[in-house]
Amino acid sequence: MLTSLWSGKTLPVIVVSTILVVFWYVGSIYLNGDMQRDAFANANKTDYTLSEFIKGTWTQERPKLPAPDQILSELYKTVIDTAPTSKRSLVFHGYVTLSATLFGFLIGSVLGMILAILVVHVKSLDKSLMPWVVASQTIPIIALAPMIIVIMNQFDITGLVPKSIIAAYLSFFPVTVGMVKGLRSPDPLQLDLMRSYWASRVQIFFKLRIPASVPFLFASLKVGVAASLVGTVVAELTKSEDGGFGARLLAGSYYGQTIQIWSALFAASACAWALVTLVGILDRLVTKAMGAR
Amino acid sequence: MGRYNYLLAIGGAAAIFAAVGSYTHDVPVSLFDDHVIKRLIFGIIGVTALRQSGGPEVTGPQRWNIPFASFILAIELVTLAHAEGTRAWGFYAATLAFWLLAWRAVDVVLAEQAPRGRAKLLSDLAVPMIFGFTLIVLWEVLARGLQIPMVILPAPSAILGKLFTSLPILGADFLQTVQGILAGYVIGCGAGILVAILIDRVPFLQRGLLPLGNLVSALPIVGVAPIMVMWFGFDWQSKAAVVVIMTFFPQLVNTVAGLAASGAMERDLMKTYAASYGQTLFALRLPSALPFIFNGLKINSTLALIGAIVAEFFGTPIVGMGFRINTEVGRMNIDMVWATIVVAALCGSLFYGILAFIEKRITFWHVSYRQGA
Repeated sequence: MLTSLWSGKTLPVIVVSTILVVFWYVGSIYLNGDMQRDAFANANKTDYTLSEFIKGTWTQERPKLPAPDQILSELYKTVIDTAPTSKRSLVFHGYVTLSATLFGFLIGSVLGMILAILVVHVKSLDKSLMPWVVASQTIPIIALAPMIIVIMNQFDITGLVPKSIIAAYLSFFPVTVGMVKGLRSPDPLQLDLMRSYWASRVQIFFKLRIPASVPFLFASLKVGVAASLVGTVVAELTKSEDGGFGARLLAGSYYGQTIQIWSALFAASACAWALVTLVGILDRLVTKAMGAR
Repeated sequence: MGRYNYLLAIGGAAAIFAAVGSYTHDVPVSLFDDHVIKRLIFGIIGVTALRQSGGPEVTGPQRWNIPFASFILAIELVTLAHAEGTRAWGFYAATLAFWLLAWRAVDVVLAEQAPRGRAKLLSDLAVPMIFGFTLIVLWEVLARGLQIPMVILPAPSAILGKLFTSLPILGADFLQTVQGILAGYVIGCGAGILVAILIDRVPFLQRGLLPLGNLVSALPIVGVAPIMVMWFGFDWQSKAAVVVIMTFFPQLVNTVAGLAASGAMERDLMKTYAASYGQTLFALRLPSALPFIFNGLKINSTLALIGAIVAEFFGTPIVGMGFRINTEVGRMNIDMVWATIVVAALCGSLFYGILAFIEKRITFWHVSYRQGA
């Protein structure tokens, strides 16, 4: 029992996470120490004990590094205690971000798959367009985000759509690259077999290429959904009036509300994790439905 | 291959329309106006394309007629688009002709595919180049020709002009941002590689850190940017800090995977040599980890750029690429934004290109480079 725990993954992850949390608390003492000393000095308190000092560093209102429990209680307050309709609720902001992310991701990945299918079947597209799609992975296309928001604004396109467009193009490129790789993954032997069955191009496509592309597709969908979320958050920095995690980050950085920043960051990370896990579950379901062991 | 070529047929017809059509609404159509030479050229191109559209596939030097014609069309179109006035259908016909003939030109160059070696590299490069050139010409022609407002989509020539007139500003932005990127990249990737080597002998830590690393890679880490700006101030140090956090885990995960990549046979061989842990590490495992390490470095080159630029959205001294994009967007100087994006794109592909070059020089022995040599 103990050895299986030791050699598995769960225990090591728990231990390492615990070490990180301990480091975090120590880090809060270190980083917030100066401010705590100032606070005591201002209150003319010189005879404070070490435990008072440490407790002080973990309970400041605007600490440099909030202690994990401060972030958790802020999360509890803004997720559970606040009504989801309130602008102070992280559920509200999460809904804003997630709806734009999912809508954009859906558009981006569908377009990516369509383009991948075209690229595999039209040679001139493969040779002329595909190198640019691949090259786009090396440049920070997210830098386009503020501009897209402002330009859309001039066409009176506001709300969810501009953010979704950014989420869409960030997921579009990885999905295209992965899907092309997947549709090309059947080896020549398998293709030859299909040809010897006198299978048409359409049959080869549906019976061989599509099934073969599924693992690649899901791997890139995971990358794509994470990229979509980052895109939406960055878009919300420019378009902060609608709310969303990016708007929370920006507001927190304006007013020095570190706990708010961290809780928004944690909530955004939780959403990213949930999205990636969801794609992972979908992956497993689809693979199972296809009869893979 | 006597197939009827619709691309050429429609393209040629469009070129002939362009030869006789009016280019601007204000001027009545007359074949012998200022554009008489242009009309002649369009006519010749149209007839050539139509003649090639039927009948057998053209071979010999004549097969270069269409690529050459589309190049001439590009020049004529751009000068047309730069002229004053509202566009009329002759202009649109010429644009259509250019698009279709350029498409055909890609097919022609594709048919030239050299089997291997330097010529293959050249033809592999030529096709995307023609495609990119076509897109830019179309962008230029439509942005200029339809007089799209500068605040929506500036023409490439306007962006290029802005780029050259504001080189000092863009250069300062570039230096500011690159400072943060490089410092953060070296520290983040270096730490990732070092930690991977340190935990190499402790599988327990590996099993603990790897799932965390994979998880963190999927999270929106750029969000730490406002925190880092609070900790390290507005200058490049805070950007470097964001880059460190963004690059550390991908590098760690890739290096750990790389260190496990050497084969059992090779490791057994090292054991029979009585090689120490350090000798095995430096003579066998690190070299065989190099392709993975470079993979991490390449992924991180883009991440570092993204991290630094986004971090600059949260506050900088008044210089830096992210700062420039953010402020010029606010002031509706979209051409300046595009110019900065061009610099960022060049910076990204250069960064990646340098890494790919170094990788090729260092890991020339690896399977992925040996095939087809």
